[in-house]
Amino acid sequence: MASLTAKKQKAFRLPGFKLSFGFTIFYVSLLILLPLSMILLHSLQLTWGEFWTIISDPRAVASYKLTIGASLVAALINVVFGTIIAWVLVRYTFPLKSLMDGLVDLPFALPTAVAGIALTALYAPNGWIGQFFDFKIAFTPLGIMIALTFIGLPFVVRTVQPVLESFRIEEEEASASLGANRMQTIRHVIFPTLIPAILTGFTLAFARALGEYGSVVFIAGNMPMKTEITPLFIMTKLEQYDYVGATAIASVMLIGSFFFLLTMNIIQWLIQRKYTKRVGA
Amino acid sequence: MTENVLEQPHTLPKVKIDSPTSEPKWIRRSLITISVLFLSLFLLLPLVMIFMTAFQKGVDVYLASITNSEALSAIRLTFLVVLIVVPLNTLFGVLSAWLISKYHFKGKNILLTLIDLPFAVSPVIAGLIFVLLFGAQGLFGEWLLERDIFIIFALPGIILATLFVTVPFVARELIPLMQAQGQSEEEASHSLGANGFQTFMRITLPKIKWGLLYGVILCNARVIGEFGAVSVVSGHIRGLTNTMPLHIEVLYNEYQFTAAFAVASLMSLLALATIIAKNIIEWRTKEVSK
Repeated sequence: MASLTAKKQKAFRLPGFKLSFGFTIFYVSLLILLPLSMILLHSLQLTWGEFWTIISDPRAVASYKLTIGASLVAALINVVFGTIIAWVLVRYTFPLKSLMDGLVDLPFALPTAVAGIALTALYAPNGWIGQFFDFKIAFTPLGIMIALTFIGLPFVVRTVQPVLESFRIEEEEASASLGANRMQTIRHVIFPTLIPAILTGFTLAFARALGEYGSVVFIAGNMPMKTEITPLFIMTKLEQYDYVGATAIASVMLIGSFFFLLTMNIIQWLIQRKYTKRVGA
Repeated sequence: MTENVLEQPHTLPKVKIDSPTSEPKWIRRSLITISVLFLSLFLLLPLVMIFMTAFQKGVDVYLASITNSEALSAIRLTFLVVLIVVPLNTLFGVLSAWLISKYHFKGKNILLTLIDLPFAVSPVIAGLIFVLLFGAQGLFGEWLLERDIFIIFALPGIILATLFVTVPFVARELIPLMQAQGQSEEEASHSLGANGFQTFMRITLPKIKWGLLYGVILCNARVIGEFGAVSVVSGHIRGLTNTMPLHIEVLYNEYQFTAAFAVASLMSLLALATIIAKNIIEWRTKEVSK
Protein backbone atom coordinates (compact mmCIF):
# COMPACT_ATOMS: atom_id res chain seq x y z
CA MET A 1 0.00 0.00 0.00
CA ALA A 2 2.73 2.39 1.02
CA SER A 3 4.80 1.62 -2.05
CA LEU A 4 1.71 1.97 -4.23
CA THR A 5 0.98 5.52 -3.08
CA ALA A 6 4.62 6.42 -3.38
CA LYS A 7 4.62 5.23 -6.98
CA LYS A 8 1.43 7.09 -7.69
CA GLN A 9 2.94 10.29 -6.35
CA LYS A 10 5.93 9.96 -8.60
CA ALA A 11 3.81 9.53 -11.65
CA PHE A 12 1.23 12.10 -10.63
CA ARG A 13 1.98 15.35 -8.92
CA LEU A 14 -0.45 18.09 -8.01
CA PRO A 15 0.29 21.42 -9.68
CA GLY A 16 1.79 24.26 -7.65
CA PHE A 17 5.06 22.70 -6.53
CA LYS A 18 7.23 25.32 -8.20
CA LEU A 19 5.11 28.21 -6.93
CA SER A 20 4.80 26.99 -3.33
CA PHE A 21 8.42 25.78 -3.15
CA GLY A 22 9.78 28.99 -4.64
CA PHE A 23 7.71 31.28 -2.46
CA THR A 24 8.30 29.33 0.77
CA ILE A 25 12.07 29.13 0.30
CA PHE A 26 12.24 32.80 -0.72
CA TYR A 27 10.17 33.92 2.28
CA VAL A 28 12.01 31.75 4.83
CA SER A 29 15.43 32.75 3.50
CA LEU A 30 14.73 36.45 3.41
CA LEU A 31 12.71 36.78 6.60
CA ILE A 32 14.16 34.10 8.90
CA LEU A 33 17.53 32.80 7.67
CA LEU A 34 19.16 36.03 6.51
CA PRO A 35 18.23 38.11 9.60
CA LEU A 36 19.16 35.33 12.05
CA SER A 37 22.50 34.79 10.32
CA MET A 38 23.33 38.38 11.31
CA ILE A 39 23.84 37.20 14.91
CA LEU A 40 26.46 34.73 13.71
CA LEU A 41 28.05 37.23 11.31
CA HIS A 42 28.36 39.98 13.90
CA SER A 43 29.54 37.60 16.64
CA LEU A 44 32.28 36.28 14.36
CA GLN A 45 33.74 39.78 14.08
CA LEU A 46 34.82 39.45 17.71
CA THR A 47 37.87 37.52 18.82
CA TRP A 48 37.19 34.68 21.24
CA GLY A 49 38.70 36.73 24.09
CA GLU A 50 36.49 39.75 23.42
CA PHE A 51 33.46 37.54 23.06
CA TRP A 52 34.21 35.77 26.35
CA THR A 53 34.74 39.08 28.21
CA ILE A 54 31.31 40.32 27.11
CA ILE A 55 29.38 37.14 27.86
CA SER A 56 31.11 36.42 31.19
CA ASP A 57 30.62 39.93 32.54
CA PRO A 58 29.21 39.58 36.11
CA ARG A 59 26.12 41.59 35.13
CA ALA A 60 25.47 39.24 32.20
CA VAL A 61 26.01 36.14 34.36
CA ALA A 62 23.62 37.50 37.01
CA SER A 63 21.02 38.03 34.26
CA TYR A 64 21.43 34.44 32.99
CA LYS A 65 20.98 33.06 36.49
CA LEU A 66 17.88 35.15 37.13
CA THR A 67 16.33 34.37 33.73
CA ILE A 68 16.92 30.63 33.99
CA GLY A 69 15.93 30.45 37.67
CA ALA A 70 12.73 32.47 37.35
CA SER A 71 11.74 30.65 34.13
CA LEU A 72 12.33 27.28 35.80
CA VAL A 73 10.25 28.13 38.88
CA ALA A 74 7.45 29.54 36.70
CA ALA A 75 7.46 26.50 34.39
CA LEU A 76 7.36 24.13 37.38
CA ILE A 77 4.45 26.05 38.98
CA ASN A 78 2.67 25.79 35.63
CA VAL A 79 3.35 22.06 35.38
CA VAL A 80 1.68 21.46 38.76
CA PHE A 81 -1.26 23.85 38.45
CA GLY A 82 -1.61 23.49 34.68
CA THR A 83 -1.99 19.71 34.99
CA ILE A 84 -4.54 20.10 37.81
CA ILE A 85 -6.48 22.68 35.77
CA ALA A 86 -6.43 20.49 32.64
CA TRP A 87 -7.65 17.53 34.74
CA VAL A 88 -10.45 19.54 36.34
CA LEU A 89 -11.56 21.01 32.99
CA VAL A 90 -11.71 17.59 31.31
CA ARG A 91 -13.02 15.37 34.11
CA TYR A 92 -15.32 17.42 36.34
CA THR A 93 -18.32 19.64 35.86
CA PHE A 94 -18.77 22.81 37.86
CA PRO A 95 -20.46 26.18 37.41
CA LEU A 96 -18.79 28.64 34.98
CA LYS A 97 -16.55 25.85 33.68
CA SER A 98 -16.62 27.06 30.06
CA LEU A 99 -15.73 30.58 31.24
CA MET A 100 -12.72 29.20 33.09
CA ASP A 101 -11.78 27.13 30.05
CA GLY A 102 -11.88 30.19 27.80
CA LEU A 103 -9.92 32.22 30.35
CA VAL A 104 -6.94 29.86 30.01
CA ASP A 105 -6.23 31.35 26.55
CA LEU A 106 -6.01 34.89 27.93
CA PRO A 107 -2.19 34.97 28.16
CA PHE A 108 -2.02 33.93 24.47
CA ALA A 109 -4.46 36.63 23.39
CA LEU A 110 -3.57 39.50 25.72
CA PRO A 111 -0.68 41.71 24.58
CA THR A 112 2.31 41.15 26.86
CA ALA A 113 2.63 44.86 27.68
CA VAL A 114 -0.99 44.92 28.88
CA ALA A 115 -0.38 41.87 31.06
CA GLY A 116 2.78 43.53 32.31
CA ILE A 117 1.20 46.75 33.54
CA ALA A 118 -1.82 44.94 34.99
CA LEU A 119 0.32 42.50 37.00
CA THR A 120 2.61 45.30 38.16
CA ALA A 121 -0.32 47.38 39.38
CA LEU A 122 -1.80 44.34 41.19
CA TYR A 123 1.41 43.30 42.96
CA ALA A 124 2.88 46.76 43.63
CA PRO A 125 3.17 47.51 47.39
CA ASN A 126 -0.08 49.54 47.31
CA GLY A 127 -1.80 47.30 44.73
CA TRP A 128 -4.88 45.09 45.17
CA ILE A 129 -2.77 42.07 46.08
CA GLY A 130 0.54 43.70 47.06
CA GLN A 131 -1.00 45.55 50.02
CA PHE A 132 -1.68 42.28 51.86
CA PHE A 133 2.01 41.34 52.00
CA ASP A 134 4.60 43.02 54.19
CA PHE A 135 7.35 42.12 51.71
CA LYS A 136 7.72 43.45 48.19
CA ILE A 137 6.50 41.29 45.28
CA ALA A 138 6.63 43.61 42.29
CA PHE A 139 10.16 44.85 41.48
CA THR A 140 11.71 41.67 42.95
CA PRO A 141 12.50 38.26 41.39
CA LEU A 142 9.16 37.12 42.85
CA GLY A 143 7.36 39.55 40.54
CA ILE A 144 9.30 38.20 37.56
CA MET A 145 8.19 34.66 38.46
CA ILE A 146 4.55 35.78 38.64
CA ALA A 147 4.71 37.40 35.18
CA LEU A 148 6.38 34.29 33.71
CA THR A 149 3.79 32.02 35.36
CA PHE A 150 1.02 34.10 33.77
CA ILE A 151 2.65 33.84 30.32
CA GLY A 152 3.34 30.09 30.49
CA LEU A 153 0.11 28.68 31.95
CA PRO A 154 -1.76 28.00 28.67
CA PHE A 155 1.17 26.03 27.25
CA VAL A 156 0.82 23.31 29.90
CA VAL A 157 -2.99 23.28 30.06
CA ARG A 158 -3.45 23.21 26.29
CA THR A 159 -0.97 20.37 25.74
CA VAL A 160 -2.24 18.16 28.60
CA GLN A 161 -5.95 18.77 27.95
CA PRO A 162 -6.27 16.99 24.55
CA VAL A 163 -4.34 13.94 25.84
CA LEU A 164 -6.73 13.65 28.78
CA GLU A 165 -9.73 14.09 26.47
CA SER A 166 -8.61 11.25 24.23
CA PHE A 167 -7.84 8.97 27.19
CA ARG A 168 -10.04 5.90 27.10
CA ILE A 169 -12.09 5.28 30.24
CA GLU A 170 -11.88 1.52 29.56
CA GLU A 171 -8.25 1.51 30.65
CA GLU A 172 -9.17 3.02 34.00
CA GLU A 173 -12.05 0.56 34.37
CA ALA A 174 -9.69 -2.30 33.60
CA SER A 175 -7.26 -1.05 36.18
CA ALA A 176 -10.00 -0.65 38.81
CA SER A 177 -11.51 -4.05 38.08
CA LEU A 178 -8.08 -5.67 38.50
CA GLY A 179 -8.07 -4.37 42.06
CA ALA A 180 -6.14 -1.11 41.82
CA ASN A 181 -7.39 1.68 44.02
CA ARG A 182 -7.91 5.13 42.51
CA MET A 183 -4.48 6.44 43.55
CA GLN A 184 -2.78 3.42 41.99
CA THR A 185 -4.76 3.87 38.76
CA ILE A 186 -3.77 7.52 38.59
CA ARG A 187 -0.12 6.78 39.35
CA HIS A 188 0.39 3.76 37.12
CA VAL A 189 -2.20 4.10 34.34
CA ILE A 190 -3.13 7.73 33.81
CA PHE A 191 0.03 9.56 34.82
CA PRO A 192 2.49 7.70 32.52
CA THR A 193 0.45 8.59 29.43
CA LEU A 194 0.39 12.22 30.51
CA ILE A 195 4.17 12.52 30.99
CA PRO A 196 5.08 13.31 27.34
CA ALA A 197 2.39 16.02 27.18
CA ILE A 198 3.45 17.48 30.54
CA LEU A 199 7.08 17.54 29.37
CA THR A 200 6.09 19.25 26.13
CA GLY A 201 4.08 21.81 28.10
CA PHE A 202 7.04 22.37 30.41
CA THR A 203 9.39 22.78 27.43
CA LEU A 204 7.13 25.31 25.70
CA ALA A 205 6.46 27.30 28.89
CA PHE A 206 10.14 27.36 29.86
CA ALA A 207 11.35 28.31 26.35
CA ARG A 208 8.77 31.09 26.15
CA ALA A 209 9.75 32.36 29.61
CA LEU A 210 13.45 32.51 28.71
CA GLY A 211 12.82 35.04 25.95
CA GLU A 212 9.87 36.87 27.50
CA TYR A 213 10.21 40.63 27.63
CA GLY A 214 6.92 42.56 27.52
CA SER A 215 5.22 41.20 30.61
CA VAL A 216 8.40 41.14 32.71
CA VAL A 217 9.89 44.55 31.96
CA PHE A 218 7.27 46.44 33.98
CA ILE A 219 7.16 44.19 37.05
CA ALA A 220 10.89 43.41 37.22
CA GLY A 221 12.26 46.68 38.54
CA ASN A 222 15.22 46.20 36.18
CA MET A 223 18.02 46.65 38.73
CA PRO A 224 21.34 45.44 37.28
CA MET A 225 22.63 42.33 39.10
CA LYS A 226 19.32 41.96 40.97
CA THR A 227 16.22 42.05 38.78
CA GLU A 228 17.59 42.39 35.25
CA ILE A 229 16.62 39.54 32.92
CA THR A 230 18.78 38.72 29.88
CA PRO A 231 16.37 40.10 27.21
CA LEU A 232 16.31 43.37 29.15
CA PHE A 233 20.11 43.35 29.40
CA ILE A 234 20.22 43.07 25.58
CA MET A 235 17.75 45.96 25.35
CA THR A 236 19.91 48.12 27.67
CA LYS A 237 22.97 47.44 25.54
CA LEU A 238 21.00 48.41 22.42
CA GLU A 239 19.90 51.67 24.00
CA GLN A 240 23.58 52.44 24.64
CA TYR A 241 24.30 51.64 20.95
CA ASP A 242 26.45 48.69 22.07
CA TYR A 243 25.38 46.48 19.16
CA VAL A 244 28.39 44.20 19.52
CA GLY A 245 27.63 43.48 23.16
CA ALA A 246 23.92 42.98 22.46
CA THR A 247 24.72 40.52 19.66
CA ALA A 248 27.15 38.52 21.79
CA ILE A 249 24.59 38.15 24.61
CA ALA A 250 21.89 37.32 22.04
CA SER A 251 24.06 34.52 20.62
CA VAL A 252 24.40 33.05 24.14
CA MET A 253 20.59 33.11 24.49
CA LEU A 254 20.05 31.50 21.08
CA ILE A 255 22.62 28.75 21.70
CA GLY A 256 21.23 28.21 25.21
CA SER A 257 17.64 27.75 24.05
CA PHE A 258 18.79 25.57 21.16
CA PHE A 259 20.55 23.17 23.55
CA PHE A 260 17.60 23.22 25.94
CA LEU A 261 15.17 22.27 23.15
CA LEU A 262 17.59 19.59 21.91
CA THR A 263 17.90 18.09 25.42
CA MET A 264 14.14 18.04 25.88
CA ASN A 265 13.70 16.32 22.50
CA ILE A 266 16.22 13.65 23.51
CA ILE A 267 14.44 13.13 26.85
CA GLN A 268 11.11 12.79 25.03
CA TRP A 269 12.66 10.28 22.65
CA LEU A 270 14.14 8.25 25.56
CA ILE A 271 10.78 8.18 27.34
CA GLN A 272 9.00 7.10 24.19
CA ARG A 273 11.53 4.33 23.63
CA LYS A 274 11.25 3.10 27.20
CA TYR A 275 7.48 3.16 26.85
CA THR A 276 7.33 1.20 23.60
CA LYS A 277 9.86 -1.31 24.94
CA ARG A 278 7.72 -1.97 27.98
CA VAL A 279 4.63 -2.46 25.82
CA GLY A 280 6.61 -4.75 23.50
CA ALA A 281 7.82 -6.93 26.39
CA MET B 1 -24.41 -17.44 43.99
CA THR B 2 -26.60 -16.17 41.18
CA GLU B 3 -29.24 -15.03 43.63
CA ASN B 4 -26.63 -12.91 45.41
CA VAL B 5 -25.61 -11.13 42.23
CA LEU B 6 -29.22 -10.43 41.38
CA GLU B 7 -29.90 -9.00 44.78
CA GLN B 8 -26.97 -6.63 44.67
CA PRO B 9 -28.65 -3.77 42.78
CA HIS B 10 -31.21 -3.51 45.59
CA THR B 11 -28.66 -3.24 48.34
CA LEU B 12 -26.09 -1.06 46.57
CA PRO B 13 -27.81 2.37 46.50
CA LYS B 14 -28.09 2.40 50.31
CA VAL B 15 -24.31 2.59 50.75
CA LYS B 16 -22.77 5.46 48.85
CA ILE B 17 -19.77 4.15 46.96
CA ASP B 18 -17.44 6.38 45.01
CA SER B 19 -17.21 5.54 41.34
CA PRO B 20 -14.10 3.47 40.62
CA THR B 21 -13.15 5.75 37.75
CA SER B 22 -13.48 9.00 39.64
CA GLU B 23 -12.05 10.49 42.81
CA PRO B 24 -13.73 10.91 46.19
CA LYS B 25 -15.91 13.97 46.45
CA TRP B 26 -13.55 15.89 48.76
CA ILE B 27 -10.66 15.49 46.32
CA ARG B 28 -12.83 16.61 43.40
CA ARG B 29 -14.01 19.62 45.35
CA SER B 30 -10.55 20.68 46.45
CA LEU B 31 -9.06 20.27 42.95
CA ILE B 32 -11.87 22.39 41.48
CA THR B 33 -11.33 25.00 44.20
CA ILE B 34 -7.58 25.10 43.57
CA SER B 35 -8.12 25.50 39.81
CA VAL B 36 -10.78 28.18 40.08
CA LEU B 37 -8.74 30.12 42.66
CA PHE B 38 -5.57 29.90 40.56
CA LEU B 39 -7.34 31.00 37.36
CA SER B 40 -9.19 33.80 39.13
CA LEU B 41 -6.09 35.11 40.87
CA PHE B 42 -3.74 34.88 37.90
CA LEU B 43 -6.01 35.56 34.94
CA LEU B 44 -9.40 36.99 35.92
CA LEU B 45 -8.16 39.52 38.48
CA PRO B 46 -5.71 41.28 36.08
CA LEU B 47 -8.50 41.53 33.51
CA VAL B 48 -10.96 43.02 36.01
CA MET B 49 -8.29 45.38 37.26
CA ILE B 50 -7.55 46.70 33.74
CA PHE B 51 -11.16 47.74 33.17
CA MET B 52 -11.67 49.15 36.67
CA THR B 53 -8.52 51.28 36.49
CA ALA B 54 -9.43 52.45 32.98
CA PHE B 55 -12.79 53.75 34.15
CA GLN B 56 -11.84 54.93 37.66
CA LYS B 57 -11.81 58.61 36.63
CA GLY B 58 -15.04 58.37 34.71
CA VAL B 59 -16.15 57.84 31.14
CA ASP B 60 -15.03 61.29 29.96
CA VAL B 61 -11.41 60.73 30.95
CA TYR B 62 -11.61 57.26 29.42
CA LEU B 63 -12.86 58.56 26.09
CA ALA B 64 -10.33 61.40 26.11
CA SER B 65 -7.49 58.92 26.66
CA ILE B 66 -8.43 56.80 23.68
CA THR B 67 -9.38 59.59 21.28
CA ASN B 68 -6.47 62.01 21.68
CA SER B 69 -4.26 62.36 18.63
CA GLU B 70 -1.38 60.24 19.98
CA ALA B 71 -3.71 57.36 20.89
CA LEU B 72 -5.47 57.57 17.54
CA SER B 73 -2.20 57.55 15.60
CA ALA B 74 -1.06 54.52 17.64
CA ILE B 75 -4.33 52.75 16.80
CA ARG B 76 -3.98 53.69 13.11
CA LEU B 77 -0.39 52.47 12.98
CA THR B 78 -1.28 49.18 14.68
CA PHE B 79 -4.04 48.49 12.16
CA LEU B 80 -1.82 49.44 9.24
CA VAL B 81 0.71 46.86 10.46
CA VAL B 82 -2.09 44.28 10.80
CA LEU B 83 -3.30 44.98 7.25
CA ILE B 84 0.16 44.32 5.83
CA VAL B 85 1.50 41.54 8.07
CA VAL B 86 -1.55 39.29 8.47
CA PRO B 87 -2.27 38.84 4.70
CA LEU B 88 1.43 38.22 3.95
CA ASN B 89 1.84 35.60 6.67
CA THR B 90 -1.51 34.05 5.69
CA LEU B 91 -0.30 33.69 2.10
CA PHE B 92 2.94 32.19 3.37
CA GLY B 93 1.04 29.87 5.73
CA VAL B 94 -1.19 28.51 2.94
CA LEU B 95 1.61 28.08 0.39
CA SER B 96 4.07 26.50 2.82
CA ALA B 97 1.38 24.15 4.17
CA TRP B 98 0.50 23.16 0.59
CA LEU B 99 4.19 22.53 -0.12
CA ILE B 100 4.80 20.48 3.01
CA SER B 101 1.59 18.46 2.94
CA LYS B 102 1.37 17.67 -0.81
CA TYR B 103 4.93 16.92 -1.92
CA HIS B 104 7.92 14.85 -0.91
CA PHE B 105 11.27 16.58 -1.09
CA LYS B 106 14.61 16.55 0.67
CA GLY B 107 15.13 18.86 3.61
CA LYS B 108 11.46 19.02 4.58
CA ASN B 109 12.28 18.63 8.28
CA ILE B 110 14.84 21.42 8.13
CA LEU B 111 12.24 23.65 6.49
CA LEU B 112 9.70 22.78 9.24
CA THR B 113 12.27 23.62 11.92
CA LEU B 114 13.05 26.94 10.23
CA ILE B 115 9.35 27.85 10.11
CA ASP B 116 9.07 27.10 13.84
CA LEU B 117 12.22 29.01 14.75
CA PRO B 118 10.63 32.43 15.44
CA PHE B 119 8.63 30.80 18.29
CA ALA B 120 11.90 29.97 20.06
CA VAL B 121 13.57 33.34 19.53
CA SER B 122 13.16 36.10 22.11
CA PRO B 123 11.19 39.09 20.73
CA VAL B 124 14.10 41.34 21.68
CA ILE B 125 16.43 39.26 19.49
CA ALA B 126 13.81 39.35 16.71
CA GLY B 127 14.10 43.12 16.75
CA LEU B 128 17.87 43.07 17.10
CA ILE B 129 18.47 41.01 13.95
CA PHE B 130 16.72 43.61 11.80
CA VAL B 131 18.75 46.38 13.43
CA LEU B 132 21.86 44.37 12.53
CA LEU B 133 20.64 44.15 8.93
CA PHE B 134 19.26 47.61 8.28
CA GLY B 135 20.45 49.82 11.17
CA ALA B 136 23.06 52.53 10.74
CA GLN B 137 25.87 50.07 11.61
CA GLY B 138 24.13 47.13 9.95
CA LEU B 139 24.97 45.14 6.85
CA PHE B 140 22.92 47.37 4.52
CA GLY B 141 23.12 50.43 6.77
CA GLU B 142 25.40 52.62 4.67
CA TRP B 143 23.76 51.64 1.41
CA LEU B 144 20.34 52.64 2.77
CA LEU B 145 21.68 55.83 4.36
CA GLU B 146 23.11 57.01 1.04
CA ARG B 147 19.71 56.59 -0.55
CA ASP B 148 17.74 58.13 2.32
CA ILE B 149 15.77 54.94 2.91
CA PHE B 150 14.67 54.45 6.51
CA ILE B 151 13.81 50.99 7.72
CA ILE B 152 14.86 51.00 11.38
CA PHE B 153 13.01 53.54 13.55
CA ALA B 154 10.36 53.62 10.81
CA LEU B 155 7.34 51.66 9.57
CA PRO B 156 9.23 49.09 7.42
CA GLY B 157 11.24 47.96 10.46
CA ILE B 158 8.09 47.52 12.54
CA ILE B 159 6.53 45.49 9.73
CA LEU B 160 9.62 43.29 9.22
CA ALA B 161 10.04 42.53 12.94
CA THR B 162 6.33 41.74 13.31
CA LEU B 163 6.41 39.55 10.18
CA PHE B 164 9.30 37.57 11.67
CA VAL B 165 7.62 37.05 15.03
CA THR B 166 4.31 35.87 13.50
CA VAL B 167 5.58 33.72 10.59
CA PRO B 168 4.68 30.36 12.19
CA PHE B 169 1.08 31.07 13.28
CA VAL B 170 -0.95 30.24 10.13
CA ALA B 171 1.55 27.67 8.82
CA ARG B 172 1.63 25.77 12.15
CA GLU B 173 -2.17 25.60 12.18
CA LEU B 174 -2.52 24.42 8.56
CA ILE B 175 0.38 21.97 8.16
CA PRO B 176 -0.91 19.22 10.50
CA LEU B 177 -4.48 19.77 9.29
CA MET B 178 -3.60 19.41 5.59
CA GLN B 179 -1.28 16.49 6.30
CA ALA B 180 -4.10 14.66 8.08
CA GLN B 181 -6.58 15.36 5.28
CA GLY B 182 -4.41 13.76 2.59
CA GLN B 183 -4.66 14.67 -1.07
CA SER B 184 -6.86 12.11 -2.83
CA GLU B 185 -9.66 14.64 -3.37
CA GLU B 186 -7.26 17.17 -4.86
CA GLU B 187 -5.88 14.48 -7.17
CA ALA B 188 -9.40 13.55 -8.29
CA SER B 189 -10.21 17.19 -8.97
CA HIS B 190 -7.03 17.66 -10.95
CA SER B 191 -7.50 14.53 -13.01
CA LEU B 192 -11.00 15.73 -13.91
CA GLY B 193 -9.46 18.79 -15.51
CA ALA B 194 -9.42 21.46 -12.82
CA ASN B 195 -6.25 23.52 -12.70
CA GLY B 196 -4.24 24.05 -9.54
CA PHE B 197 -5.98 27.27 -8.52
CA GLN B 198 -9.47 25.84 -9.11
CA THR B 199 -8.54 22.73 -7.14
CA PHE B 200 -7.32 24.83 -4.23
CA MET B 201 -10.33 27.16 -4.19
CA ARG B 202 -13.03 24.49 -4.59
CA ILE B 203 -11.55 21.44 -2.88
CA THR B 204 -8.83 22.42 -0.41
CA LEU B 205 -10.07 25.75 0.89
CA PRO B 206 -13.50 24.49 2.06
CA LYS B 207 -11.72 21.70 3.98
CA ILE B 208 -9.26 23.99 5.73
CA LYS B 209 -11.30 27.16 6.16
CA TRP B 210 -11.83 26.86 9.94
CA GLY B 211 -8.22 25.96 10.61
CA LEU B 212 -7.15 28.83 8.37
CA LEU B 213 -9.42 31.27 10.19
CA TYR B 214 -8.09 30.04 13.53
CA GLY B 215 -4.50 30.61 12.44
CA VAL B 216 -5.36 34.06 11.07
CA ILE B 217 -7.04 35.05 14.36
CA LEU B 218 -4.06 33.92 16.45
CA CYS B 219 -1.66 35.67 14.07
CA ASN B 220 -3.77 38.82 14.22
CA ALA B 221 -3.78 38.86 18.04
CA ARG B 222 -0.01 38.52 18.17
CA VAL B 223 0.53 41.21 15.51
CA ILE B 224 -1.61 43.67 17.47
CA GLY B 225 0.11 42.88 20.74
CA GLU B 226 3.74 42.43 19.70
CA PHE B 227 5.87 44.52 22.03
CA GLY B 228 9.48 43.42 22.44
CA ALA B 229 10.47 43.17 18.77
CA VAL B 230 8.65 46.36 17.81
CA SER B 231 10.13 48.13 20.81
CA VAL B 232 13.66 47.50 19.50
CA VAL B 233 13.06 48.67 15.93
CA SER B 234 10.52 51.47 16.39
CA GLY B 235 12.60 54.16 18.08
CA HIS B 236 9.54 55.24 20.09
CA ILE B 237 8.75 58.30 18.01
CA ARG B 238 5.48 59.58 19.45
CA GLY B 239 2.66 59.95 16.97
CA LEU B 240 4.82 58.33 14.29
CA THR B 241 6.23 54.92 15.20
CA ASN B 242 4.35 54.10 18.39
CA THR B 243 2.03 51.14 18.06
CA MET B 244 -0.67 50.58 20.71
CA PRO B 245 1.52 48.48 23.07
CA LEU B 246 4.35 51.04 22.80
CA HIS B 247 1.90 53.86 23.46
CA ILE B 248 0.79 52.04 26.64
CA GLU B 249 4.42 51.80 27.75
CA VAL B 250 5.00 55.51 27.20
CA LEU B 251 1.87 56.46 29.15
CA TYR B 252 2.72 54.05 31.97
CA ASN B 253 6.27 55.36 32.31
CA GLU B 254 4.86 58.91 32.49
CA TYR B 255 2.61 57.82 35.39
CA GLN B 256 -0.52 58.43 33.30
CA PHE B 257 -2.01 55.22 34.67
CA THR B 258 -5.65 55.87 33.79
CA ALA B 259 -4.76 56.64 30.18
CA ALA B 260 -2.43 53.63 29.98
CA PHE B 261 -5.14 51.32 31.28
CA ALA B 262 -7.74 52.90 28.97
CA VAL B 263 -5.68 51.93 25.91
CA ALA B 264 -4.93 48.59 27.60
CA SER B 265 -8.67 48.01 28.02
CA LEU B 266 -9.17 48.46 24.26
CA MET B 267 -6.52 45.83 23.64
CA SER B 268 -8.10 43.56 26.26
CA LEU B 269 -11.41 43.81 24.41
CA LEU B 270 -9.62 42.66 21.26
CA ALA B 271 -8.11 39.79 23.25
CA LEU B 272 -11.53 38.78 24.57
CA ALA B 273 -12.94 38.92 21.03
CA THR B 274 -10.07 36.66 19.95
CA ILE B 275 -10.89 34.11 22.65
CA ILE B 276 -14.60 34.15 21.78
CA ALA B 277 -13.85 33.73 18.06
CA LYS B 278 -11.50 30.85 18.87
CA ASN B 279 -14.21 29.10 20.90
CA ILE B 280 -16.81 29.58 18.16
CA ILE B 281 -14.41 28.06 15.61
CA GLU B 282 -13.66 25.11 17.90
CA TRP B 283 -17.36 24.56 18.44
CA ARG B 284 -18.03 24.72 14.68
CA THR B 285 -15.29 22.22 13.85
CA LYS B 286 -16.60 19.85 16.52
CA GLU B 287 -20.12 20.14 15.06
CA VAL B 288 -18.77 19.41 11.56
CA SER B 289 -16.83 16.36 12.72
CA LYS B 290 -19.94 15.00 14.45
